Amino acid sequence: MATEILMPALSPTMEEGTLAKWLVKEGDTVSSGDILAEIETDKATMEFEAVDEGIIGKILIPEGTEGVKVNTPIAVLVEEGEDVSALPEAAPAAEAGNEAAAPAAVEAPAPAPAAAPAAPVVDLSPDWPADAPMKQQTVREALRDAMAEEMRSDEDVYLMGEEVGEYQGAYKVSQGLLDEFGAKRVIDTPITEHGFTGIAVGSAFGGLKPIVEFMTFNFAMQAIDQIINSAAKTLYMSGGQMGCPIVFRGPNGAAARVAAQHSQDYAAWYMQIPGLKVVMPYSAADAKGLLKSAIRDPNPVVFLENEILYGRSFDVPQVDDLTVPLGKARIWREGTDVTIVSFGIGMQYALEAADKLAEDGISAEVIDLRTLRPMDTGTIINSVMKTNRLVTVEEGWPQGSVGSYISSVVMQQAFDYLDAPVINCTGKDVPMPYAANLEKLALVTTDEVIEAVKQVTYR
Amino acid sequence: MAARKTTKKPNVSAEELKTYYREMLLIRRFEEKAGQLYGMGLIGGFCHLYIGQEAVVVGLEAAAEEGDKRITSYRDHGHMLACGMDPGGVMAELTGRIGGLSKGKGGSMHMFSKEKHFYGGHGIVGAQVPLGAGLAFADKYKGNGRVTFTYFGDGAANQGQVYETFNMAALWQLPVVFVIENNQYAMGTAQSRSTSTKDIYHRGEAFGIPGEIVNGMDVLAVKEAGEKAVAHCRAGKGPYILEVKTYRYRGHSMSDPAKYRTREEVQKVREQSDPIEHVRELLLSGKHASEDDLKAIDKEIKEVVNKAAEFAKESPEPPVEELWTDIYA
Repeated sequence: MATEILMPALSPTMEEGTLAKWLVKEGDTVSSGDILAEIETDKATMEFEAVDEGIIGKILIPEGTEGVKVNTPIAVLVEEGEDVSALPEAAPAAEAGNEAAAPAAVEAPAPAPAAAPAAPVVDLSPDWPADAPMKQQTVREALRDAMAEEMRSDEDVYLMGEEVGEYQGAYKVSQGLLDEFGAKRVIDTPITEHGFTGIAVGSAFGGLKPIVEFMTFNFAMQAIDQIINSAAKTLYMSGGQMGCPIVFRGPNGAAARVAAQHSQDYAAWYMQIPGLKVVMPYSAADAKGLLKSAIRDPNPVVFLENEILYGRSFDVPQVDDLTVPLGKARIWREGTDVTIVSFGIGMQYALEAADKLAEDGISAEVIDLRTLRPMDTGTIINSVMKTNRLVTVEEGWPQGSVGSYISSVVMQQAFDYLDAPVINCTGKDVPMPYAANLEKLALVTTDEVIEAVKQVTYR
Repeated sequence: MAARKTTKKPNVSAEELKTYYREMLLIRRFEEKAGQLYGMGLIGGFCHLYIGQEAVVVGLEAAAEEGDKRITSYRDHGHMLACGMDPGGVMAELTGRIGGLSKGKGGSMHMFSKEKHFYGGHGIVGAQVPLGAGLAFADKYKGNGRVTFTYFGDGAANQGQVYETFNMAALWQLPVVFVIENNQYAMGTAQSRSTSTKDIYHRGEAFGIPGEIVNGMDVLAVKEAGEKAVAHCRAGKGPYILEVKTYRYRGHSMSDPAKYRTREEVQKVREQSDPIEHVRELLLSGKHASEDDLKAIDKEIKEVVNKAAEFAKESPEPPVEELWTDIYA
């Protein structure tokens, strides 16, 4: 039976090419792997091999023909003894269609236009009973308790990282865990972020629930390919078969006097990635409740802590199994004149500013996002609909910041409610300097938040 | 590639030989068909064919037990077929259709099967190496006696994360067989132009990982080495390296201009060391099968591949809702 040999696509972008040279002639016997022709593509001249065996019955496109569309029949392969005269004559290249090409891409549905501003429905339920007894605990202790509780209840949860075991944690977050759970489940790694992150992600594919501690998130840059390409994307790429239940946690952002390479806030980086969840708690209670939820979550969660907050004490409710849902903001303080949105250590500046503003008679509503992805934008929108003014606060850099994303959401969904442009208070657009005076200038400050609020309230 | 040794009389049954012949032929015919469909524009993007390397996965799969895991790079079609994944599902993934193993969302380089313990299909060179050690870590943690085959190429062998992984795999005695599929070219760069050592498995010695060279054009040699490596891992002795010397006949991907090696070099390997021809000769010379028997197998494989291609053409594109699914579990 005669088989048509079609003009091949030889690169992902090729639509047509030049049939530069035939290396066989009519009547030649060819077998799989023989070069039939040289074809010039948009990138290079390539050899075109036979896939089937047979005899070249007819050459349909002469060499030197330019603009031969992919899938145009260029020759006919026949079997021995087959009648060549019955074959079709050479067709001009231009007529050749492209029927066999892949179906046209389906247009993605356009994002829904901003709906008429209606108040979003948000979860306003309390995270714990109002009458729960409280105990003062540091963020550090709360994080440790969260890990210990989850490790007690699920054998598949383990902790891996540099100095998490015998050293008891570079920042003492894992203090006592080695004693309780042993070296099988509290694993000291060599200093090799790329490698151990890949191993942890692989173990999650294999059915475990790892907690990976980065000594700081600055070092996770060595491992970011495994976090994004392997952990975040595999569920999608596998059509839903292979999830990755893993938590990447550790201190993020500036500590004090450790300069540029050790003082970066990665919130906006990770927040961009579909497939990741991103958490950045401020208080000890939230740190505990969110970390427990993160460990139980079937998705990869980036859990951004802060070294300065580790030693800070907060009220932690003494309830069995304290969890805080991911993707739910917390209104720390209600107000009427302006909304201040922050997360992580930025909350410290936001709350201090709100206190001082109250002395000047300005009532600020302060929202702690707690989770950056999925982001509870509904709570922000509802607040802006009430206050008509918004200031965001974060330690990260201004370009492509968390605040700039919030600004765009508010502009699209609550534009008519804004009485002033949104102001993003951020870290300065410079690498972190070492000198004490310069470092202070590089960070966002309470005074800057107050100044921003005064601007948006026209005071 | 050294010419195959044919002096040793293999101690292998006719059925076993026929199985290897059938499995290797399935991969070759499947890949040829994939190349055709690519040429027709039905497969897009990157498509890396396995033609020439068939004996590597077929030999190692013969050494695996149920429950053992495997993970590899983007040159993954052969691995999937060898571990029993449905050819139609693989081909339909190549054409980006809903019937594909990843519902058309992964493509040639990203396919998975929990059922067959195939953990991908990874597009970043070398990234599958720590992931494979991580699968072995999970097995060791659970104490289930399973072994993971972690495949990577001579190109990936120059990635830093490979050596980070060697260190931890040896330190923690992980049950992982590192299979270096040395096809001698990292994309278009010959090993001698990219790699300081001739035999890559020696690098394992620095970490205390034993290893050996295997003739990757001889499925029986691969199987024998695989059994040794698996026994080592299953005995709790930690990782093992198999550097399997092989050769890819086709380009790195479909858009390879083939300027970095001569036509004669490729032809020589095809003529002198082809892994499928090798088994074919053993079958015929040992009178295990007649020409007609082999023709029947050829025909049977051709039908399987044609059926897979038909399915891959007919399966519809994923519905648009699929754009938004499987992002979070």
